[in-house]
Amino acid sequence: MSEVLTLPQKSSAIASPLTPALAIQGVHRRYGSFVALEDVNLDIWPGEFVSIIGHSGCGKSTLLNLIAGLDHPTEGHVQILGRTITGPGPDRSMVFQNYSLLPWLSVRHNVTEALKAARPDMNGTEREQTTDHALKTVGLWPHQHKRPTALSGGQRQRVAIARAFAVHPRVLLLDEPFGALDAITKGKLQDELLGMWSAEGESGISNVVMVTHDIDEAIYLSDRIVVMSNGPRAHIHEVLTVDLPRPRDRAALVKSDTYLDLKAHMLHLLGTVLATHA
Amino acid sequence: MLLSALRSDLPKLSEIGAALGTLLKDPWYNRGPNDQGILNLLLSSLKRVFSGFALGALIAIPMGVVMGSVPGVRRALDPVVQLLRPVSPLAWFPIGLVLFKSAEPATVFIIFITALWPTVINTAFGVSGVPQDFKNVARVFQFTPTQYVLRVLLPYALPHIVTGLRISFGIAWMVIVAAEMLSGKSGIGFFVWDAWNALNLPNVVSAILIIGVTGFTFDQLFNVLEKKVSYV
Repeated sequence: MSEVLTLPQKSSAIASPLTPALAIQGVHRRYGSFVALEDVNLDIWPGEFVSIIGHSGCGKSTLLNLIAGLDHPTEGHVQILGRTITGPGPDRSMVFQNYSLLPWLSVRHNVTEALKAARPDMNGTEREQTTDHALKTVGLWPHQHKRPTALSGGQRQRVAIARAFAVHPRVLLLDEPFGALDAITKGKLQDELLGMWSAEGESGISNVVMVTHDIDEAIYLSDRIVVMSNGPRAHIHEVLTVDLPRPRDRAALVKSDTYLDLKAHMLHLLGTVLATHA
Repeated sequence: MLLSALRSDLPKLSEIGAALGTLLKDPWYNRGPNDQGILNLLLSSLKRVFSGFALGALIAIPMGVVMGSVPGVRRALDPVVQLLRPVSPLAWFPIGLVLFKSAEPATVFIIFITALWPTVINTAFGVSGVPQDFKNVARVFQFTPTQYVLRVLLPYALPHIVTGLRISFGIAWMVIVAAEMLSGKSGIGFFVWDAWNALNLPNVVSAILIIGVTGFTFDQLFNVLEKKVSYV
């Protein structure tokens, strides 16, 4: 309960410049004799947008679940602002690959139920206002009384983003959030996500950790890209820094040398160095 | 032999029509416990079915929820359920008589036992199928146990539960006729047996039609309910 009452707050108020927002230290995850992750070490600094990329079975979703507190490391630990993560908390929230909206609840109730659970500190009025704001931000306020099944894939993922963002987490976790969407919808949602993240004062979101298999998406969105080696015994193969100024312009980006070099390097990594025969 | 029996012994359509007409002309009369109008008899059967069915659901749904969510309980109770399920509910009549010392509650007891199994099995099946995705949502947003049961587990399992109730009710409606033949007090099953003893076959056939229409009507009502709770 004390966690619930003390969080979330602004990053600057808590974190000293030397405390990573997330610290993954010596993390191993074994399932019986199967080694999913082997000795993963990563510090994520306040304000960073980090993508995790790799082939299927590279343990990237496992790593995300460890940060979410849905799973626990067999060895090592994951810390948020210096505190070891023992389970899910209101300081982290997640957008799932297949939206995972509760189909028997309206769009609005999907958000309010999550808020009721994750933010018991909010009273009814605050909850309704936060819900209104979150749904308006993703443009789905007019559809608030519909069931998720009446929405398109893009709209459903917007609701899932609104739900995750309404909680005002410090860290937003995304598990291949745009994988099932068409290119145009995907682009729009990526920009909306960037908007929410950069408006940190309003959303409270300081960090985004996103699992993806899309190289362009990773470069466009991230400050750093974590390339995982192939599983089993997956570990971090390389961490790439995306040295491109923000806000980024999609059209200009694809012509820049930094972008092209990064993309070529990642294609080489994923296509040759870490090639699978799948 | 069967053919000749069909021709000579079974009532003609006109006789059945006449019997049905007489029965439905004054369906609510009441001249003491052994002489009642057909709809009065039907109503007393329905009352027994609904009492037994409601009691059964009251036990079966929570039992199914626990079996579906706690694998240990499921492993422990599943053999018991599988063993008792194929037993004709009528076999429980003597147990009911011993327990309640009277035919009336013993009849309701039979229906109670009948109504248990399909609802238990379907509820447990529904509850155990809650997808990991929904469980993860509940965990990430830290749903309280109550919130999880009311907002995730029950809504997910509700269509299965209603299907279980529908099957339970259907079997209970079949069993009540036999149970009332056995308990011999009142009700539509008693009417069938009484008509047979009086060799009044047009009344037997009329009762079969009335039982069928009643069962069909309730099945359709459950069908509507099933559609209502479906979220797909």
